[in-house]
Amino acid sequence: MPADAARHGIAELDPTDRRIINRLQEGLPIVAAPFAAVAEELEIDEPTLLERLKGLRESGVLTRFGPMYHAERLGGGLTLAAMAIPEERFDAVAEQVNAFPEVAHNYRREHRLNMWFVLATETPERIEASIAAIEAATGYPVYNMPKREEFHVRLHLPV
Amino acid sequence: MSVSTCRSEAALAAPIDAVDRAIVLATQAGLPLISDPWAAVGERVGVSGEEVRRRMARMQAQGVIRRIAAVPNHYRLGYVANGMTVWDVSDEEIDRLGRDVARHPGVSHCYRRPRHLPEWPYNLFAMLHGHSRAEVESQAQEIADMLGSACRDHQILYSTRILKKTGLRLANSRS
Repeated sequence: MPADAARHGIAELDPTDRRIINRLQEGLPIVAAPFAAVAEELEIDEPTLLERLKGLRESGVLTRFGPMYHAERLGGGLTLAAMAIPEERFDAVAEQVNAFPEVAHNYRREHRLNMWFVLATETPERIEASIAAIEAATGYPVYNMPKREEFHVRLHLPV
Repeated sequence: MSVSTCRSEAALAAPIDAVDRAIVLATQAGLPLISDPWAAVGERVGVSGEEVRRRMARMQAQGVIRRIAAVPNHYRLGYVANGMTVWDVSDEEIDRLGRDVARHPGVSHCYRRPRHLPEWPYNLFAMLHGHSRAEVESQAQEIADMLGSACRDHQILYSTRILKKTGLRLANSRS
């Protein structure tokens, strides 16, 4: 079992939580009273929706709630990068890599390339410098795997 | 479905002004969970809530904002098997097949990426999420069947630990 599931467990969610999570993965309408609008759809009241959402965020069921920005359309750089880190150095290198603010996500994966992270930078040109800085800080090579084509991006996990 | 070609991404970059940028900075960690989040953001940015809402609606229409949404922790929802599937697909067929793979309902993200030969021959990446590895493997098998002989090899790289997950952050420094 993955370490995170072991640490935090699979959340116990009641039917209202599930409906909220399913509905709000689709997106909040950009209207004057957006949570009231969603609450009405779900046939609950707005304070209940807001309280539930805060609880889900605080307990870590939701990692965040907010706008998902498209880095490249903001003029920024974005890439996926991978490293092969020896087991005994893994935690120390993860800490070094995570310390870079441009590292948006970082996952451990089962493979010789065992550390996979997303870099988001202010400008596309800064990706290269960022990779060089990570290589210099850690002493390990970084495999840069920028997307050449995006076929689909739509995370939806029904519960 | 979102289909875009990265070569044209630069052309799609939307001109955002200083106020838009202030809104991005004020909301990239999250939107306040209150009845009128736009007004709260507006207070931080120095414009009205109505102005924030209008600008965020425009940024969403431009694709700068994909959507304003709940981002779940996969594991805590029971999606304990999260596999990055990687495929070595013939260059001649990848544009067509990438679109086919992206249509598979289990795929959340699907990209073409460069190979790093000889050790990394994989050029198509598709993320799969399941309640068990068996579920992910059966989805991967469906994709393998779809790709047929155009795919030479594939692997599933399961994530075993989230080391960091903050979403993208712009630095505050660029003036």
